[in-house]
Amino acid sequence: MSDIEIMKGNEALAEAAIRAGCRAYFGYPITPQSEILEYLADEGRRRGMIVLQAESEVASINMVYGAAGAGARVMTSSSSPGVSLMMEGISYIASAELPCLLVNVSRGGPGLGTIQPSQGDYFQAVKGGGHGDYRLIVLAPSSVQEMADFVYRAFDLADKYRAPVMILADGALGQMMEKVRFPDYDPAEHVVPKPWATTGKTPDRARNIITSLHIETEQMEQINIRLQDKYRLIAERETRWEEVQTADAEWLIVAYGLAARIAHRAVDLVRARGIRAGLLRPITLFPYPSKPLAALAGRVRGMLTVEMNAGQMVEDVRLAVNGRVPVSFYGRMGGIIPSPDEVVSALQKMVAQDVLTETEAN
Amino acid sequence: MEPTSTAHPAPDMEVVYKRPDTLLDTRMHYCPGCGHGVVHRVLMEVVQELDIQQETIGVAPVGCSVFAYNYLDIDMQEAAHGRASAVATAIKRIHPSKYVFSYQGDGDLAAIGTAETIHTCNRGENILFLFINNGIYGMTGGQMAPTTLLGMKSTTSPTGRTVETSGYPLKIADLVAMLPGVVYVSRHSVHTPNAVRQLKKAMIRSFQYQKEGRGTCFLEVVSNCPSNWKMTPVESNAWLEEHMFPLYPPGEIKAPK
Repeated sequence: MSDIEIMKGNEALAEAAIRAGCRAYFGYPITPQSEILEYLADEGRRRGMIVLQAESEVASINMVYGAAGAGARVMTSSSSPGVSLMMEGISYIASAELPCLLVNVSRGGPGLGTIQPSQGDYFQAVKGGGHGDYRLIVLAPSSVQEMADFVYRAFDLADKYRAPVMILADGALGQMMEKVRFPDYDPAEHVVPKPWATTGKTPDRARNIITSLHIETEQMEQINIRLQDKYRLIAERETRWEEVQTADAEWLIVAYGLAARIAHRAVDLVRARGIRAGLLRPITLFPYPSKPLAALAGRVRGMLTVEMNAGQMVEDVRLAVNGRVPVSFYGRMGGIIPSPDEVVSALQKMVAQDVLTETEAN
Repeated sequence: MEPTSTAHPAPDMEVVYKRPDTLLDTRMHYCPGCGHGVVHRVLMEVVQELDIQQETIGVAPVGCSVFAYNYLDIDMQEAAHGRASAVATAIKRIHPSKYVFSYQGDGDLAAIGTAETIHTCNRGENILFLFINNGIYGMTGGQMAPTTLLGMKSTTSPTGRTVETSGYPLKIADLVAMLPGVVYVSRHSVHTPNAVRQLKKAMIRSFQYQKEGRGTCFLEVVSNCPSNWKMTPVESNAWLEEHMFPLYPPGEIKAPK
């Protein structure tokens, strides 16, 4: 079970879904993630999974709703425009508190955009996207290994909190091939009872209803309060991040997913030039690692957020830091991946600005 | 004279007709004279008589019957507008031995949910569609539906529906009947006792086909909307016969040989 394989990120994610005991997959083809549907249509079906190619992403997400409500471990995957189509359904799923895995192997937008990798869907994934006050637990892998590992974690979190969990990757992570080792995971040991599911009303219980409709405003407010309490609990318990060379860092790069790999390389490059830089990589984008960022704000001279978008997560960095240190941003858009050298330049510019400010102050 | 109750009949009286236990004893939100309550009742009579309460899972739509789960004593899911058959598809795939039905109005099934309707039927999902067609959006206050008759007035066709602006009434039952995955299509009404009996027979037949895994069953109920048609219930039933039936005639559209 633990043999090392060389796989595409999309395939590794799909293989992990089978091994995690995912009972059903509903999806629609879209580049750059169609390998997930293809892999499951072949290998998944062979190993007993229900795999249905739906007529649209709208149908897919509502099939996820139905299957999750029926008590099954279930998932869908798509890429940016397809995920936009799912937003209404995701809001319903969050409101009805249905556990499921949603995967966005995102691409450059807006609009039909490009099929190249992008992180332009951060706001959509983290801040809502659909209507109403809801949150998704959002996991951001940065390697093919994590494309697999986060599937197990996502299903377990979904079942634990009765909440939809999104893996937010990008086209590069989906398409690149890397080594991956599948952990030992017995789905039978991770089964969470779902007494609320629509499995057919038995005489020993009242009927089960899956709905997001609460026409009485007082009742709807109570639902909202319960959801917010749940999100707070998730924030307390489930925030994950990785720190690289932060112990002595004067400068901090904040980046997630593919951008974090580039930033990691940039940290190595600037350290060779005498700049003490470190990296904080958020692994959960919701809940966001605001506390470690706030702590680091007391120790570093400045932060540089690197994203493959116009600057989305940087807003959360600034909220966490709350003005205590300067926060710069460097990003490329439309499917362009920044190079480590570009990140190095951006950081050097920030350092130079700091020296200049210090000289002026003196 | 003392009022009599069917729940507590006098000792010398025999109960010949009563609410099925599977239909919850609660006040419905439907307007007086609306067909929904009758369809609910027939459905639950069938569930009770076939003894499949534990095996039946329903899906309610967005529209007037959005609260169906408040009246039917079975496990149910409430779907997003138009997506009931996608939800029903998934439930059936997860629990293939259960009886699954999708209860939808004309706006839900034949406008916003047309893609899901066609593709669920085309996959031949072993579910039952219960399609309530009253030619109007009832819940939102009487707007034009895809099924609204030509010349029929609604809040969004105030001088009557015209082909020029809105095209033709959609006969979706005839449309899905063309699909090989669909095994049984029949059009009904609930405006007379005999019509109700015919619908009940069709439901029993549909659940039998579902048990045998023969494909999609699709029952249309041509119904009324006294509130938005702005008629009394009695007038609406007469109007239904006179105006709806010529375009949506009751009867079998497709059945196994």
